Amino acid sequence: MKAKIYITYKDGILDPQGNTVSKALVNIGLEKVDSVLYGKYIEMTFSGVTKEEAEELTDQACRKLLANHNTEKYRFEVVAE
Amino acid sequence: MIRFAVLVFPGSNCDHDAYIVLKNLPHSTVDFVWHKERDLSRYDAIVIPGGFSYGDYLRAGAIARFSPIMEAVVVAANRGKPIIGICNGFQILVEADLLPGALIANKDLKFLSQSVTLKTGTVNSVFTRKLTPGQQLTMPIAHKQGNYSAHPDTLKQLQDDDRIAFTYAPVNGGNPNGSAMDIAGIISEKRNVLGMMPHPERASDPLLGSVDGRSIFESIIG
Repeated sequence: MKAKIYITYKDGILDPQGNTVSKALVNIGLEKVDSVLYGKYIEMTFSGVTKEEAEELTDQACRKLLANHNTEKYRFEVVAE
Repeated sequence: MIRFAVLVFPGSNCDHDAYIVLKNLPHSTVDFVWHKERDLSRYDAIVIPGGFSYGDYLRAGAIARFSPIMEAVVVAANRGKPIIGICNGFQILVEADLLPGALIANKDLKFLSQSVTLKTGTVNSVFTRKLTPGQQLTMPIAHKQGNYSAHPDTLKQLQDDDRIAFTYAPVNGGNPNGSAMDIAGIISEKRNVLGMMPHPERASDPLLGSVDGRSIFESIIG
């Protein structure tokens, strides 16, 4: 079982890395890029748990450690490997 | 006599600076306390120093916040003991929810190592009681994630409750990192926890060019 976790800034939080990458993309000629949201991608693997248990564990991990509730939001999917 | 604890995490690098300042001040004693300890009851005040605890992995302060010693820090905070988090210490305090908001990447993504001028906000705290409102202090900053960010309601609350300890003064370029409302340091609701990005411990000896930071430690000693 594998969890794929995506963490990005909440709306309204300044994303300096996204802004910088966005400008750089325009500079190299990709003018049609409107904006970039820069985030984190994390994978976690589990053994001996059901999909529901894996989802609960992933949610706990995100809430307690992986995402900062002040500035970040997260979503994830749990897939069989 | 005020007994200070300076916490040491893997990657702390301003612990000795804070230790030496406190050791040399009158009416204070100081010990290093390793992050694996669980008891701070014999100390009157706690310093969480700057550095790069756990290499700033995940987010600055995010892993240190789960060190065993942090439970004792929460106990001390609830008992009203003064706790000052400097730079990485501030980042750890917000990750531990002992202070509101978050410290995100500086607006221009650069690591900033420079002298800044601070303007004193509230003097109604154990950390700033020897200062005067509006008093300017010069001390260094050295961080990449010092851009204070919080929900507009939180910012308003900080302002309404007079909990902004320091802002970046509008001189020499002013706010260097993009912090909301120019915030450089804030205090907790109970006014006994201070988090600040600038380094008062690096501005407490004439040899280092400024002694403005010393008044913060002297305020704690009383």
